Amino acid sequence: MNQQEYLELETFAAEIRIATIEAIRKVGSGHIGGALSIVELLAVLYGKQMNYDIKKTDWQNRDRLVLSKGHAGPAWYSALALSGFFDKSWLDTLNVGKTRLPSHPDCLKTPGVDATTGSLGQGTSIAAGIATGLKLQGKASYVYLIVGDGELNEGQCWEAFQYIAHFKLNHCIVMIDENKKQLDGLTMDILNPFDIAEKMRAFGFETIRVKGNSIEAIDKGIEYCKTVTDKAVCIVLDTVKGQGVRFFETLEDNHSVKFNQSEVQVATDEAIADLKKQVKEYR
Amino acid sequence: MYTLANTQEFGQELRTAVVETLEEMMEINHRIIALDADLGGASKWNMLEKNHPHQFINVGIAEANMIGVAAGLSMTDFIPFVHTFGSFATRRVLDQLFLSGAYAKNTINIFGSDPGFTVGYNGGTHTTWEDIALLRSIPEVVICDAADETQMSWIIKAFGEKEGINYVRGNRKSVKRIYRSDSTFELGKGNLLKRGTDYLIVAAGQLVSEGLEIAEFFWEKQLSVEVIDMFTIKPLDRELLLECLVGKKGVITIENHSITGGLGSAVAEVLAENGINIPLKRIGVNECFGQVGTPEFLQAEFGLTTEKMIEQITALFNIPF
Repeated sequence: MNQQEYLELETFAAEIRIATIEAIRKVGSGHIGGALSIVELLAVLYGKQMNYDIKKTDWQNRDRLVLSKGHAGPAWYSALALSGFFDKSWLDTLNVGKTRLPSHPDCLKTPGVDATTGSLGQGTSIAAGIATGLKLQGKASYVYLIVGDGELNEGQCWEAFQYIAHFKLNHCIVMIDENKKQLDGLTMDILNPFDIAEKMRAFGFETIRVKGNSIEAIDKGIEYCKTVTDKAVCIVLDTVKGQGVRFFETLEDNHSVKFNQSEVQVATDEAIADLKKQVKEYR
Repeated sequence: MYTLANTQEFGQELRTAVVETLEEMMEINHRIIALDADLGGASKWNMLEKNHPHQFINVGIAEANMIGVAAGLSMTDFIPFVHTFGSFATRRVLDQLFLSGAYAKNTINIFGSDPGFTVGYNGGTHTTWEDIALLRSIPEVVICDAADETQMSWIIKAFGEKEGINYVRGNRKSVKRIYRSDSTFELGKGNLLKRGTDYLIVAAGQLVSEGLEIAEFFWEKQLSVEVIDMFTIKPLDRELLLECLVGKKGVITIENHSITGGLGSAVAEVLAENGINIPLKRIGVNECFGQVGTPEFLQAEFGLTTEKMIEQITALFNIPF
């Protein structure tokens, strides 16, 4: 990745982060922590790695994204809007009655959303099925599967991982957002995940662990996965819940945040001002 | 159009009817794909692998994943058929069927085998008397209970041509033939097998055979009993029901299922919502779990043999014999 590409993706990430925070703030509350921890990943996917056509969202040879941790939907919508799948004004309608942007992704409602998720664990099997179908059809398309580390509590994830590994679905790139927190607290306190990368290796995956806030590291990780041809692949992203905004990163209870206190509003204003400055410097 | 076989003979195994039909469909449609959760030996779906290695997947003992994979296959333009025992095909994977399946408008065709007393030696843990009740509450799901192998084969073919979540339950083994092999049906339409004027029997699944025997018994006692094979429980053929209910002294529903939430409940809803004041007897199982034994033992134990059902009916309607 050259410097120009890097700056472009960093700026894209800042724009996704701004749009995500603003959309959630407008509706008053939402899953900000887990949405912000995948922003850099979404920037790399939609800014560089994914093959898609905004005018033909049902293009059969497109790459797919399955956001199994569906509660991060607002970050996905921001990436999609900024990529041109629909007008940015839609982001103002998040969770409003009859919206096309519900809290959890719905492929029947939102252009660019490839799978309906929200009941944790289910996206893993859906991605496995899509990857199976594409392989049977002889297509080279990739399926990017984003799973939360808290979501790994769900047994279905491990059913799907066994399947993906057994059938060597190397075009289904499993990406685990290890932000180390779930709704009720730290993952290690709720249900210790132990070493996720080692677990994935034991399940038969070629697994790498990368810094999840680093555009370059994520991109390199995906490039590496694409060189693996004989086994399933997994990237564990070392992230922070609320990533990219100091206030949300350090907020103890940051799974879902209510924007009803002045402290939150002030911190959000500051964060957005900083991010906008970053965007302006580049654009 | 259907014709009664008018025989007491057992036909071929229903699982054979299913697998042969799938094989036939796979020959002409490469989008058909079958998935089993390590019961390929029990369903005989392992046979599909021989001639159609790219159209059969054994996903292992992982039913939730099987439903999700089927949803993903539907999203890539395949027509998935899945099999496991009825209990695992419904109650174990209910949320997957709901969200990855129905809510997302994917297509998944399901064969849930060995419902109710047909579970035999697999026992109470594997018994499903709630599968229909569970699925009835999910919007747009089609639910069938196959009466014999001819109907089962027709249902599988019909499912292959329609979208959505489609569920058929049935014994893996042989059941008595009801229909001639050239019979055809219509999803959502009941089959009026015998006309009568006094009582109406609405049956489904392999108990249609017992329903016809009960009607025969009463005919010999000078009582005129009508019989419907309501093989599609959802959507229910309300039109046929309303037509047949006119002038009847009583209605009896017969199902190898709980009387809560299944065929009996569906018929009761039609009666109540249309202000029809006719006594109703729902025959099935009520507030109990299954147990182990031969299917014949279990059928008798839970009061679902012809003789036991006649006793229940005569007692309720004060029929003097």
